[in-house]
Amino acid sequence: MDKSMDPTTSASSSEVSSAALTMFRLSSWLKSPRPYLMLIGFAAVLAFWFFSVEVWKLPRFVDMPGPTEVFTEWFSKEPYYGLSVYTPEYYKHIGISLRRIAFAFFLATALGVPLGLFLGWSKTFREFIFPLFELLRPIPVLAWVPLAIIMFAGSETPVIFLTFLASFFATTLNTMLGVESIDESYSRAARCLGANRWQTFKHVVVPGAMPYIFTGLQISIGVAWFSLVAGEMVSGQYGLGYLINTSYMMIEYPKIIIGMITLGIVGYTTSAMVRILGDYLMQWRVRELALGDN
Amino acid sequence: MNIKNFRSKLFSRAALRGLIAIAIFLVIWEVGARSEQLFGYRFPFLGLVPPPSDVFVSWGGLIGNPSYWQSWYMSFLRVFGGFTAAMIIGIPLGLFMAVNKTFYGMYFPTFEIMRPIPPLAWVPASIIFWPTQELSIAFVTFLGAFYTIVINVLGGARSINKQYLQAAQSMGASQWDIFRRIVLPATLPSIVVGSAVGMGITWEVVVAAEMISGGGSSGGGEGGGLGFFIWSSYVGGSYEQIVVGMISIGIAGYFSSELLRQLGGLLTPWLKTR
Amino acid sequence: MSTVITEQATDTVTEGAIRIEDVVKIYDPDGAAVMAVDHCSIDIPAGEICMIVGPSGCGKTTLLNAIAGFHDITSGSIHLDGELLCGPGQPEAVPGSDRIVVFQNGALFPWKTNLDNIAFGPMMAGKLSKQEIYDKARSMMADAGLSGTENNYPGEVSSGLRRRVEIVRALMNDPKVLLFDEPYRALDSLTKSVMHEALLEIYYRNKVTIFFITHDLEEAIFLGHRLIIMSSRPCKPKKIVEVDIPHPRDYSVLTSQRFREIMNEAKDVVHEEAQKAFDAGEKEG
Repeated sequence: MDKSMDPTTSASSSEVSSAALTMFRLSSWLKSPRPYLMLIGFAAVLAFWFFSVEVWKLPRFVDMPGPTEVFTEWFSKEPYYGLSVYTPEYYKHIGISLRRIAFAFFLATALGVPLGLFLGWSKTFREFIFPLFELLRPIPVLAWVPLAIIMFAGSETPVIFLTFLASFFATTLNTMLGVESIDESYSRAARCLGANRWQTFKHVVVPGAMPYIFTGLQISIGVAWFSLVAGEMVSGQYGLGYLINTSYMMIEYPKIIIGMITLGIVGYTTSAMVRILGDYLMQWRVRELALGDN
Repeated sequence: MNIKNFRSKLFSRAALRGLIAIAIFLVIWEVGARSEQLFGYRFPFLGLVPPPSDVFVSWGGLIGNPSYWQSWYMSFLRVFGGFTAAMIIGIPLGLFMAVNKTFYGMYFPTFEIMRPIPPLAWVPASIIFWPTQELSIAFVTFLGAFYTIVINVLGGARSINKQYLQAAQSMGASQWDIFRRIVLPATLPSIVVGSAVGMGITWEVVVAAEMISGGGSSGGGEGGGLGFFIWSSYVGGSYEQIVVGMISIGIAGYFSSELLRQLGGLLTPWLKTR
Repeated sequence: MSTVITEQATDTVTEGAIRIEDVVKIYDPDGAAVMAVDHCSIDIPAGEICMIVGPSGCGKTTLLNAIAGFHDITSGSIHLDGELLCGPGQPEAVPGSDRIVVFQNGALFPWKTNLDNIAFGPMMAGKLSKQEIYDKARSMMADAGLSGTENNYPGEVSSGLRRRVEIVRALMNDPKVLLFDEPYRALDSLTKSVMHEALLEIYYRNKVTIFFITHDLEEAIFLGHRLIIMSSRPCKPKKIVEVDIPHPRDYSVLTSQRFREIMNEAKDVVHEEAQKAFDAGEKEG
């Protein structure tokens, strides 16, 4: 934590170009054992899958689709079960899931962040609303499935509603905790310096809660995928959850695994995007943490 | 003193305000649900939901029904099974990853790649793999809690203040002593947090798995669990029971997490003194 | 309470006299009344550096918070230049930029650059144009030896530097009073002495009243015109020590004969109170 007293050194350290830094990190990563251990780990898991299913044909494992079957299907120009990276249907499933996620996630953020901020900021508001919030929160989002189907017509809205609900709870709660986590001396300092209540909200409460908000959004995007899959499996047309469930019904097992892996990749990418956005908006925090490492 | 505190809390302004908000919520729900009878116009969304009074009447009728309690029992059993398995496998795995760098380097990336796959996406594969439906539900439930527990244990064990370890070494502690007396207790708070979060996910997963797989036990029906109770109420058209089921799961989930938190509080008494 | 007004303090300064009269503060969280401040009266003339010395957790901060307007007082009154801040009919002072606190752990906003932090007060007041405010902020930073760190975030610079930025942020608002709440507590003693000289230098240029809480006797004597040694809980002035070493002072003061004499005069009282606080097992705060 201890930094140099000389202001010039700390100023210049932050001016190292980010490209050079990335190259440096990459080369030191390649020199460490980490990438090779990682590859060994992947290889071990794949080998276990391959041998247990396709070579040794262990009981139970033999019913599962093996890696050869899955990857041939996935990357084939003429897939046997009709689903590969060359078929438009594959992208339609991904696209529809992504659209539902985007819609629910943005709605949940647009409503959850302001609600969380006000819950944390105004004690009166919190005393009224929070108990109600806590009363509804223990009900698992997925238990809402039938009620959502009853309340919203069609098959699209219930799925989006479920996804929204999961995200909304995570975002609101974390935003509220973020406001509560702000050191009291920051808002006191702002009042001392002549900021009124609204200015304090804008300059202290919102940026101060930002780290928690983004933690919340990370969780939110995770639970959004979680409930989306459940929603798509129970009701809905198209989407990756739907793909997995129908492939099971139609006994097209390799497609199940393709769906699962795709979900993993897409889910990981979306949460990485949220993280990158967070880092971009919180330069102060990135720089602070970067210095803390050294 | 304690009782006095409790009572002053119970009758405080905050509690009153909370009750007012909940009461308003219930009134809006009741009026909204009965809007067709009251105003001749059905409110959007709310107009399609059963009113709370009907829900409570229906709940009253179910209290004496053994198959309702059987659902509770089945769900609890599944949650308990999957959760215990996740603890038994997840805690040692997390600790081992924290202490063994090679193992961590090999399997943590794999673990991180698997983690974004939602547990429910495993349902069909799980049904194919496991011989009985009960086991496949247990497996998916296990997965739900597993990731959270491992991540929390790993994070907790890796963030132990190095000075504690050095202090123990300088006092002549053996490797086992260090593990048993430093690493384990220092990780305990993270284990508690991970378990409480994992318990919440477990309930989510059980409910969904019961809905998707149609009650688990062959033929569904009596031994279906609360998730199936909701689903069969939906299929059977008794909408009040859906809400009863939702509230029941909420209560069950809340008390499971609360129980874990209390237990965790007992295991980590040093955290209480600020 | 007899007050010998230190001459050099009041030369040029006409604003910022604080009069604390008979202030009592009782905390009553769950019916267990804790008296934090007990009939406390202190008179601080304009432009004085008044050091409030006492063991940790004795209730000094309570007094500071009452002046700043962070919480109310139970009885008594506090005036600034004859105007009532808090007292009968007005239990809680309104926080304002005439009295600015420099916090114990620092309260620079980590999400604003040093320059934006310093410009914060005037930006909120909105009386000057943005250009004027930032010009003033830059020149004040240069005066305080902070050039080159304008675009750094507080988390990127040393803690000593952060404290200096925080003081400049306060001075940007032309306050009458600066309230210091043990600002150098977390610094090592070498950095501290550098900070002390820097603070005095800033003070000589912008004379304001300074209400400075500390438990470090050396710091208190080096900086202050006057030491007010407080008793342990409840907090009440126990002994007043005049520091008759002339300003401007520099580091050589620490080794002077007079410094040691004052040190000896104050030490026993402070130690006695520290022992009392220790025996009571007060948690530091």
